[in-house]
Amino acid sequence: MSEVTAAGGHGAVPTGPEVPVEPRPRAVRRDWPLYEVFVRGKRGLNHVHVGSLHAPDAEMAVDAARDLYTRRNEGVSIWVVRAADITASSPDEKDPLFAPSGDKVYRHPTFYEIPDGVPHI
Amino acid sequence: MPAPTLDRQPAGSPDEAALQQQFAATIAADRRIEPRDWMPEGYRKTLVRQVAQHAHSEIIGMQPEGDWLLAAPSLRRKAVLLAKVQDEAGHGLYLYSAAETLGADRADLTDKLIEGRQKYSSIFNYPTPSYADVGVIGWLVDGAAICNQVPLCRSSYGPYARAMIRVCKEESFHQRQGYELLMTMMRGTDEQRAMVQESVDRWWWPSLMMFGPPDDESPNTAQSMAWGIKRHTNDELRQRFVDMTVPQAQFLGVTLPDPDLAWDEESGHWRFGAIDWEEFKRVLGGQGPMNDVRIARRRAARDDNAWVVEAATAHARKHEAVPA
Repeated sequence: MSEVTAAGGHGAVPTGPEVPVEPRPRAVRRDWPLYEVFVRGKRGLNHVHVGSLHAPDAEMAVDAARDLYTRRNEGVSIWVVRAADITASSPDEKDPLFAPSGDKVYRHPTFYEIPDGVPHI
Repeated sequence: MPAPTLDRQPAGSPDEAALQQQFAATIAADRRIEPRDWMPEGYRKTLVRQVAQHAHSEIIGMQPEGDWLLAAPSLRRKAVLLAKVQDEAGHGLYLYSAAETLGADRADLTDKLIEGRQKYSSIFNYPTPSYADVGVIGWLVDGAAICNQVPLCRSSYGPYARAMIRVCKEESFHQRQGYELLMTMMRGTDEQRAMVQESVDRWWWPSLMMFGPPDDESPNTAQSMAWGIKRHTNDELRQRFVDMTVPQAQFLGVTLPDPDLAWDEESGHWRFGAIDWEEFKRVLGGQGPMNDVRIARRRAARDDNAWVVEAATAHARKHEAVPA
């Protein structure tokens, strides 16, 4: 018997190398775009990314997001945006993009030493 | 605040050894790997298998209880069951989304499930002939799933961990509704109590099998634990489940069908009898009572509802073509 583990949540399943993982391009019949979903938990909070889903258009993406991500009053407002329309920074945290903020510790209040006796600062 | 580092990191594309080192450092610090990070191919493949099969289990898991949707004894029980089955669909979709961040494709994963090239949990290959099964599945099967899933909220792969946090919040409702249903039946007639006991007798051992083969037959567990995508061994989780469940069974007033079940004062654990791994292998290998039915129904859902997908696509195209 091949390798079986319960790491897949609902119970033990085969996880050995004989289980295929790579998608076969021709098997994909559907061309619905991927939408990223953002939900505002309540008034006063930002919309926060909660996940993604496929839908034929933006309107149906909102309907599907309502069913998928707000079954228990998790939100009062939903944004959806096509994943392909998002421009992102490089995933590498050491990217030079963020380097200029790394060495400017004087932008943080803790950089400044104030004696304990000074109130309200 | 860390000391300021004034010497800049040298720019340029790091080679694979450096990437590997960065990956290992992230895992060692118990931080999360995110979709666009470099990751070893073995890590990615193992995760796709794990997440896809988890998703398949949620989707197939709608069927055993779904059989009772039209036969639930009251409107309240029907509404609860409907909400639960809908949650399972949601869990499947969170997980397919997580698998897609690893380069998998949901429609393709569904095809692999229907073709039998990817599996789902063996527990869903058992039938649900009694309404008490709805309660026992919530209590035992979802209880076992919670034991498995709570540690996965700390999976080293960010999208999977986040999906599991949502799933675990919802599973808690599943287990509690099951236990409440059973308590109601146990307060009922002798016949109802017998129904609960009969159902527990059928589901107890398959629930223990959900945790997978004993540790000495799980050669890849060490690698998965090193990668932070498995947090406890099969036997550890199984023991945790038994310890959790025995007092619940006592409170309920049912007998767990294991004559060897006994409290071990010294270790502080419940000891239990030998599991029939031959049955597990049979069911996993396709010889379970319901394997063919489950897959046939999933296939029918895909094929019979294809027109809905086509109609929605046509609707979207039509609206796209009309200028606003």
